[in-house]
Amino acid sequence: MDKVMSNKKIITLYVLPALLLILAIVYIPIVLTAYYGLHDWNGIGAMTFVGLAHYQKLLMDGMFWSSAGHSLLLAVFSALSLIVYLIVAMVLASKIKGANLFRKIYLIPMLLSSVAIAQLWLRMYHPTNGIVNSVLESLGVANPPAWLAEPSLVLYALFVPILWQYAGFYILIYYAALKNIPSSLEEAAKIDGANSLQIAWRIKLPLMMEVFKVTIVLAVVGSLKYFDLIYVMTDGGPNGASEVMASYMYRQAFRAYDFGYGSAIGFFLLVICLVVTWAIRRATATKDRIQYS
Amino acid sequence: MVPSTAARLGTENAGSRSPVGKLGYLLLYVVLIVVAAFQLFPLVWLLLFSLKNNQEVFDLPPLSLPMNPRWENYEKVWSAGNISVYFLNSVWITIAATVLTIILGSLVTFAITRMKWKGSSLVLGLFMVAMMIPVHSTLIPLFSLFNRVGLTDHPLSLVLSYAAFNLPITMMILLGFYYSLPREVEEAAVMDGCSVHRVFFRIVLPMTGSVLATTAIINMIYNWNEFIFVNTFISSDTFKTLTVGVQNFIGQYTTDWGAIGATLMISILPILLMFLFLSDRIVEGIAAGSVKG
Repeated sequence: MDKVMSNKKIITLYVLPALLLILAIVYIPIVLTAYYGLHDWNGIGAMTFVGLAHYQKLLMDGMFWSSAGHSLLLAVFSALSLIVYLIVAMVLASKIKGANLFRKIYLIPMLLSSVAIAQLWLRMYHPTNGIVNSVLESLGVANPPAWLAEPSLVLYALFVPILWQYAGFYILIYYAALKNIPSSLEEAAKIDGANSLQIAWRIKLPLMMEVFKVTIVLAVVGSLKYFDLIYVMTDGGPNGASEVMASYMYRQAFRAYDFGYGSAIGFFLLVICLVVTWAIRRATATKDRIQYS
Repeated sequence: MVPSTAARLGTENAGSRSPVGKLGYLLLYVVLIVVAAFQLFPLVWLLLFSLKNNQEVFDLPPLSLPMNPRWENYEKVWSAGNISVYFLNSVWITIAATVLTIILGSLVTFAITRMKWKGSSLVLGLFMVAMMIPVHSTLIPLFSLFNRVGLTDHPLSLVLSYAAFNLPITMMILLGFYYSLPREVEEAAVMDGCSVHRVFFRIVLPMTGSVLATTAIINMIYNWNEFIFVNTFISSDTFKTLTVGVQNFIGQYTTDWGAIGATLMISILPILLMFLFLSDRIVEGIAAGSVKG
């Protein structure tokens, strides 16, 4: 058995295609990003080595830091919205008929393409014919704003569809985790006279901490590298008011043809994502995991 | 679905509750329905305006039903422009990438979980870490790599990129299943003189049919919706997929609401249909592979 199952030729044959693919498409580009970031390069011509000049420029680039601030703001909103999703999931997981149908409905936006969602929300926010302003006008609001053209509003207007898109995803994860809590715990607590709120707060919430940590990492890192809806809906505008790190990188590389600087931003983005993942895991690490069952 | 003990207990309790408890129960329902309405409302509005002409969009209340549903909007956009070309491109690229991912993913997962070799945990780690790498950090080098080998503006660049970036999530869903497969069957087969290929293709692979279907669906959804690779690598209309095609097409028809609505509906319809018939598998797949950001 062991001899057959450790045949080197066959192992190579099975592993190599996938391994080569992921090395070529994911890992080699990461190394190249770091390398390009140290050069001046327009994407076609010769590269000139400039050392850390791009990173120095990055540190002084006000436009980059304002886009980083926008990404961070999105991360904060995404993380805070998790609390709402957790509450909705708790409601779903408690004595609700049709919970399965509800969580499926919530998930629909996440399954649709970002382009379709972006184009749809562009129409929703249309200053005169969009449904948002139609509703506001019928409620008696005079002159509702042009949401995506207003520098002070655009970022928050964009956050709504982004959160809308992912809400069902997090609710689904929390719901699945809640359903994994053995029902004997809840029954025992009920017999001891605990009410629903106490059960939610004292028993379910502590048991949810592990999955909550995972979703915080997902939400924060997902926000820091967020790109799609913003690129399609406003392209970072008006005047950079909704620029985020990924869209700024894209602009530097594929619009301004500054591939060297774009790569430096791309590499910086990668480092930020890895560091933040590590930092959140570290900050929320608990020595003793609670186990009830 | 068989309701869990907790759910059954819950519903029984709800029936015998005090009036206050009943009111609270009703309130929970209201919350869930409001969330569901919020998730569905934009899509309902989209469906409605895809069946109207401009005059009806502008003059009638936004949520009024179209008097004469204008299905010609759909005919118009399907034949005008390249929507049908984009659609077919999306179909075959989605399928090709999904098939490639599933074959490579199954082979490597089998080798990692069932065969004995040094470095298997290292290789597994390599695939899992790839999940945390932001796509945007690989974009510039990928673009220049594909450029160098003549694959920019070639659908193969998309198939390879999709397969590479979806391999980790695919393997993650497969891993759980492979670990739970009993070894006895394989052992008996090997004793009888089966080759490894035969064990894999004739015995193990057929047993994974159900989980393969789940991974295939998840892969198809991600591939169908992918935007940034197409937008970056593909420049000619003959190879564009629906996401980028829709984006360009709508750019030309910014004022014809019905046409825009119909285009968006066409682009999301395959996913909605899939959801209608396979929602359980989709939910299962998304929950299993929830680490993808």
